[in-house]
Amino acid sequence: MITMTRTGAVIRKELAEFRRNRLIVVTATILPIVFLISPTASILAIHATTSSALLSKRVDYSLFLPLLVPLFVPATMSAYSVVGEKEQGTLEPLLTTPITRVELLLGKAVAIFLPAIAVSYLTFGVFLAIVALFADAPVATAMWHAPQLPAEVLFIPLLAAWAIWIGLAISTKVTETRVAQQLSVLGSLPPLALISLMSFQVITPSIGLAAALAGGLLVIDCVACFGVARLFDRERLVTGASPRRSTPAAAAPGTVRRLPPVSGTS
Amino acid sequence: MSAQAAIEVSHLTKVFGTRTAVRDVSFTVARGEVFGFLGPNGAGKTTTVRILGTLIAPTSGSASVAGIALGSGADEEIRKHISITTEAPGLYNRLTVAENLEFFARLYGLPGQNARVYDALSAVGLTNRADDLCGSLSKGLKQRASLARSLLNEPQVMFLDEPTSGLDPAAAHEVLGLVSGLRERGVTVFLTTHRLDEAERLCDRVAIMNTSLRTIGTPDELRRTLFTRSIAVATAAPLDHPDKVFDGLTAVQGWQADGPAGYLLTVTDPAAAAPGVTRALVAAGADVLSIGETRHSLEDVYLELIEDREGRS
Repeated sequence: MITMTRTGAVIRKELAEFRRNRLIVVTATILPIVFLISPTASILAIHATTSSALLSKRVDYSLFLPLLVPLFVPATMSAYSVVGEKEQGTLEPLLTTPITRVELLLGKAVAIFLPAIAVSYLTFGVFLAIVALFADAPVATAMWHAPQLPAEVLFIPLLAAWAIWIGLAISTKVTETRVAQQLSVLGSLPPLALISLMSFQVITPSIGLAAALAGGLLVIDCVACFGVARLFDRERLVTGASPRRSTPAAAAPGTVRRLPPVSGTS
Repeated sequence: MSAQAAIEVSHLTKVFGTRTAVRDVSFTVARGEVFGFLGPNGAGKTTTVRILGTLIAPTSGSASVAGIALGSGADEEIRKHISITTEAPGLYNRLTVAENLEFFARLYGLPGQNARVYDALSAVGLTNRADDLCGSLSKGLKQRASLARSLLNEPQVMFLDEPTSGLDPAAAHEVLGLVSGLRERGVTVFLTTHRLDEAERLCDRVAIMNTSLRTIGTPDELRRTLFTRSIAVATAAPLDHPDKVFDGLTAVQGWQADGPAGYLLTVTDPAAAAPGVTRALVAAGADVLSIGETRHSLEDVYLELIEDREGRS
């Protein structure tokens, strides 16, 4: 049974730590700016006289790049989540409390999800605001009527959740934060590949295809918590070794010369 | 299982790959007891604590903690009744001391969190540092904060894994004072340590471990088991005929010179033998400077057992 008090405690703690972690703050700030500059510059460079084919390509590209924000920001943050606790030495005390694996992972996931989608929507909103205010009217119109636009609004939280669970899964498995972050970014890319094929119209985008993809991601995001919880092995995380439960031959009683092993009672 | 037992361990074994960390260990710790768990590096002390703290599963054997059997699906319930203070304080450096404790109080689902946090900080004398970031504290203060965290849930059993490791003598003394205070609260303390002096001072009983359990008992019991009892005598000048003085005493089983004017007498009961020895010395015209029982330290016991295993087996 999941106790919301414990999950809530993890969320509060994680958010407080994020606010005071310069690396997290920088990552959550720099990445969106990087992914905002390029599409904004691309759109603002187009003039009303540009051919419709080029305009369409630029719109596709400009709407694709902001999707990297809900992937890379949470991937980086979640990668640190478990292995970071291990490196700090805080994981063992945490695991000696009554918190369950699902409660811990859910708390960490929500704590990353909230700032990640806030930053992602903010980035996207700023991009759209700049387009509305500064782009030539036909360019802005093309942007507003692009079929990817509503899909993007839908996909931002789904992609963020995917990246978080991938990052958490990797973070429970590896022993170094840097390796976890690199693998998490790589692991977050597969759904993006599919979306990019649609964005660049290699696969003909349709409402049905987008809905199917969104539905698939939603199902994965919902059950991923339990999948990642299965990977979360307390013993391996604490000792670095996998559990072995059978009685081995090596466990034969040792030789004691002066005093035999004793059973003490009080 | 004993109704009074806080911890019961039966034939516990833990194997990592091809390495046996803990082999066929059995012991019982009574409620309210301060129990010392001693051994060299790699002896399996921390592994035992982790097993009893439900962090890792035993390869074989069984145990109960706070009256609840390990592996019975009640690990979460066990964790509500215990706390573990690890060698590293394990505090969130970017949170304040109070925030760290509040976080753990919520994880335990404790009512009246603020009062609990304040009480725990008061117990370790850290109320004036409650709003300091843990990252700014010295190691000694961090260890105190870690102890405060362990007190939050008012545990029945408290595992202290090398709580004074790496601390300077003053900080270690403070931490040991806090551990001593736990006895008065009725908490069962399971203390693993390298520091034999602190184990001897604090613990009701000690177990000496080196993968398997080497021995267990009170420090006095271990001394009696391992070492013959003896009386050390110092006189102002060497005795002319010590054999004539000591050989006639029935309480003295043997003797040997111990320095130019010192003698070490093997006896079964030092308190019963000492008056007769004193009278014999005076009758022989010796000026007795001192007479008393020689007392082996827990360190002597420890070294005897560990060297016996490592050096002479």
